[in-house]
Amino acid sequence: MVDVQIKEELIAVVGAENYDDSKAGRLVYSYDATPNFQSMPDAVISPRNTQEVSSILKICSNSGIPIVPRGSGTNLCAGTCPTEGGIVLLFKHMNKVIEIDKENLTVTVQPGVITLDMINQVEARGLFYPPDPSSMKISTIGGNINENSGGLRGLKYGVTRDYVMGLEAVLAGGDIIRTGGKLAKDVAGYDFTRLLVGSEGTLGIVTEATLKLIPLPESKKTMLALYQDLEQAAKSVSKIIADKIIPATLEFLDQPTLKAVEDFAQIGLPTDVQAVLLIEQDGPIEVVEKDMQNMAEICKKQGAVSVQLANSEMEAEALRTARRAALSALARLKPTTILEDATVPRSEIANMVKAINEISKKYGLSICTFGHAGDGNLHPTCPADARDKDEMKRVENAFEEIFIKAIELGGTITGEHGVGVMKAPYLELKLGQAGIDAMKAVKTALDPNNILNPGKIFAKDDRKRVVVAQ
Amino acid sequence: MTTLKEQIIIQEEFKNRMNEDELLNCMRCGFCLPSCPTYVESGFKETHSPRGRIALMKAVADGLIEPDEDVERSLDLCLGCRACEPVCPSGVKYGHLLEEARDIINQNKKHSLPVKAVRSLVFNGLFPHQNRMRAAAGLLGFYQRSGLQSAARKTGMLNWLPKNLTAMEKVLPQVPKLKEMKNRPSYLSADKPIKKAAFFTGCLMDTMFLETNNATIKLLQLAGCEIHIPQNQACCGALHGHSGEKQAAKNLAKRNIEAFEKLDADYIITNAGGCGAFLIDYGHLLKDDREWHERAVKFSQKLKDISEILYELEFHKKVNLELPGQILTYQDSCHLRNVMKTSAAPRTLLNSIKGIEFREMKDADRCCGSAGIYNIVESDMSMQILDHKMIQAKSADAAVIVTSNPGCLLQMKLGIEREGLSGNVKAVHIADILLEAAVHKET
Repeated sequence: MVDVQIKEELIAVVGAENYDDSKAGRLVYSYDATPNFQSMPDAVISPRNTQEVSSILKICSNSGIPIVPRGSGTNLCAGTCPTEGGIVLLFKHMNKVIEIDKENLTVTVQPGVITLDMINQVEARGLFYPPDPSSMKISTIGGNINENSGGLRGLKYGVTRDYVMGLEAVLAGGDIIRTGGKLAKDVAGYDFTRLLVGSEGTLGIVTEATLKLIPLPESKKTMLALYQDLEQAAKSVSKIIADKIIPATLEFLDQPTLKAVEDFAQIGLPTDVQAVLLIEQDGPIEVVEKDMQNMAEICKKQGAVSVQLANSEMEAEALRTARRAALSALARLKPTTILEDATVPRSEIANMVKAINEISKKYGLSICTFGHAGDGNLHPTCPADARDKDEMKRVENAFEEIFIKAIELGGTITGEHGVGVMKAPYLELKLGQAGIDAMKAVKTALDPNNILNPGKIFAKDDRKRVVVAQ
Repeated sequence: MTTLKEQIIIQEEFKNRMNEDELLNCMRCGFCLPSCPTYVESGFKETHSPRGRIALMKAVADGLIEPDEDVERSLDLCLGCRACEPVCPSGVKYGHLLEEARDIINQNKKHSLPVKAVRSLVFNGLFPHQNRMRAAAGLLGFYQRSGLQSAARKTGMLNWLPKNLTAMEKVLPQVPKLKEMKNRPSYLSADKPIKKAAFFTGCLMDTMFLETNNATIKLLQLAGCEIHIPQNQACCGALHGHSGEKQAAKNLAKRNIEAFEKLDADYIITNAGGCGAFLIDYGHLLKDDREWHERAVKFSQKLKDISEILYELEFHKKVNLELPGQILTYQDSCHLRNVMKTSAAPRTLLNSIKGIEFREMKDADRCCGSAGIYNIVESDMSMQILDHKMIQAKSADAAVIVTSNPGCLLQMKLGIEREGLSGNVKAVHIADILLEAAVHKET
C-alpha cells in the first residue's frame, strides 16, 4: 500500500477524485489484454496535465514507488500490467487533440487521445495518419507510442515510430523534456524521440506528441484472394513484393481464423478455403487499378482459386473490421488465447508459415495463424486453457521454438506488440547479452531508481510466466 | 450496505454459480469499451465498463477481492443495454453474467425494510398479476381524469417529488379506462389470413399503452395475420430477471410458455424490445430445468418483434404508407437491437412511408438511459445519458422520434419535456406511426 503521507501528497497534486485506491478501482487496472497476467496496483491516479505528471514522478522517485503508464490497456505483452504494484497512471483527462497544423502537416495530441478519434479528425481535413493497430477504436496514441504499434498499413506506410516527430516527456525525476519538433530535419544530439517510442514506459512518461501527417490517398480498393494451400498464399506475398508492388495492406488469414471471425462478423467470409489474403491498394485511381489487376494475376498464378474485388467501401470496411477482430474472435474457441507476433523478413514468410505448422503438429496444438503477411509480421495464435498445465507447457515450448525459428530466418521475437513481461525471457535471443547490457545501461542512466514500469523488457533471473498477486 | 457475513455468502455463491468458462471467455481486449454508455459517461472509468465488470465478477469468484460496495456499485450502474455483446468478437454473453451476478447479490443481502416492502410489492404483488396491473393503471387513469392531476400540478404538490419524477408524471400517457383494458378479445381474424400469430401483449403495454397494442393488432391484420391473444399470459419477467429476482422470472416464463404453446401459432409477436429480449432468452433462463428447457427453446424460436414480422410479410409493400411531410428519426431499443438483432426492419418500414424524410440520428444505437427502472433508481446517470441523447436527437431536427419499446418511448418523451420541445417534437411507438401512415392513405 502507498504510505499515508505519500498518499496525501499525491492527492494534493491531482485531487481526491483522481486518486483511487479502492479494491474494485485497483482491480480493474490489474490487467491488460495479455492472457494470464494479473497484479494489483496500489493506487490508480489520473493526472490532468504535464505539471501534475511531473509532481507525481518527483514524489514516486523519492519514495521508490513504481509507475505504470496505461492507455486503454489493450496491449498484448503485459506491458501495462502492474506486476510490481505501485501506481497506474491514467490519461483519461489528457485526451485532447491540441492542434492540426495544415501548413506543416502535423497533429499535436495528448497521450490519452483515442487513436481512431484522432484519425477521424485528421481525415476530415483530407489528411492521413496511417498507423492503424487493430485496437485503434479504443487504443490511445500514448499507448501506441509506448508500444510502437503497427497495424494493417505497416507494409507501405510504416509504423507509429515513422510518424512521431516530437515528444514532450517527463523523466523519472520529474524533469520535463521536449524532443524533436515540427521539423523534417533535426540532428541536434541523440534522437530521443526514437528512443522513447517503443520504450514501453520504461524511460519516461510521454505527455504530448507531435505526429506527422500525409495527404489522404485519393482512392482505395480492396480484394480477397482465396487459397486451398497455405504456402501458395504465403508465396504470393513474396511474389507481389518481388514484382515491385507495395500494397497498402497485405493480410493473411488461415482457415481456423476465418471460421472464428466469420462466426462473429457474419459477413460471408469464405470458410471453405485454407487461407485468404486481404489485399488493399491506395493512391491515384489509375495506379490502384493497375496494381490490383497485377496482384490478382500474381495470386492466380500462385494458385489462388478465386480473387474477389470488394464491390463497395462498405464491403471493404467490413472486411477490414473483420480482420481487426481476428484475435478476439479466436478467443471464442477456448478460454485462454495465447498470441505472438514473431516477425521475419517478408521474403521468408512462406518458410515461417511452414515452420509454424510443423511446430504446432509437433506439440499437438492447434495454432491459428493470421497477420500482416506483407511486412513479415505473423500472429500465430494458440487457443488453449490456462487450467490445463500440460497444455500450457506445450504452448510455451512451441512458442519458444517459433521464436528461435524466426531469429534463424533473420527475424525478431516481436514485430509490434512489444516485449513487456511476456517476451522478456526471449529478448536475449534477439539482442545477445551485449545488446541487453547496452539497453540496461540506458535504462539505468535515465531511471536510476527503477520506478518507470519496472519488470518490463528485461527478464528477471528467476523467470516466472504467470503472475497473480493480490 | 452488505454486511461482512453476507459478503462471505455472496462470494461463495459467485464461486459456485458464475459460469467460469464464460468469465474466461472475456480475453480483455477492450473492444467493448467504446460501446458502453456508462464507461463513456463516467469519464472512462474501467469499473463502469463491461470489461471491468467482468473482471470484478471473476475476481470475486476467484477470491481475489470481496464483493464490497464498490463492486455492487459497478454492477448497479450497468444499464444492462447489452451494447457490449454485438461488438464482442469473443462472443461473451455479458447479459447472462450480469443477470446471474445480480441475482446472487440480491438474493443474499438483506434489504432494508422499506426497500424489501417495495420490491415485494412490485415484483410479487403487482407485475405478475395483470388484473392488478390494470387496477394500478386504473388508479393512474383516475388521477389523470378526475382533476386530481391538474390540482396536483397547480398546487405545486408534485414539487415534493424528485425532479425527474415530476417530469415523468407529465409525460405518462393518458391511461385508457378500466373497461377498455379489460375488453380484450382473444381472437381476431384477418381478411385472408396467411399466418397465425399469437400476440404477447405485455403487462405495461396492455395497460398504459393499450392504444399501441391495438395498433399492433391492426397492423398484423393488415399484414395478413389472424391473431390469437391467450388470456392467461403474464408479464415477461424481464424486470425481475434484471433486478436479481430470477426465480420469480422463471415462474412467469413457465406461465407464458404454457399459455402460448397450445396455440401452435406460426409466430409469437411482441411490440416491446425489452420484453422480446427476455422472452427470446427463456431457453437460457430455464437451461437447468429438464422439464421446461426444450419447451422454452421452442417458444423462443417463434418469437418476433412487430417490425421484423411486418418486414418479413412485406407489409410495407402491400400497404400504401403515407404521411404529411416531416422528418422522422428512430431511436433503437437496445434489447431489440442487441439481443433480438432487429435494427434494419424498423428503418426499412419507416423509410417506406411516402412523404416523410427518414433521418438517422447519430448514435441511435446507444441507450437512451431508460433501461427498465434504471431511470428511477439511477436517475443521475440516466439523465446524463438522456441529455446527450437529446443533443443528437435535436441535431437530427426530427419532428418525430420513433421507438420500439415502452421504456424508451417514455424516456424520449421525458427528454422532449426536459428540453422544452413539447409541441414541436413528439415521441411515438413505431406501431402507432405505421398505423397512422396506413390509415392516412385510406382516407
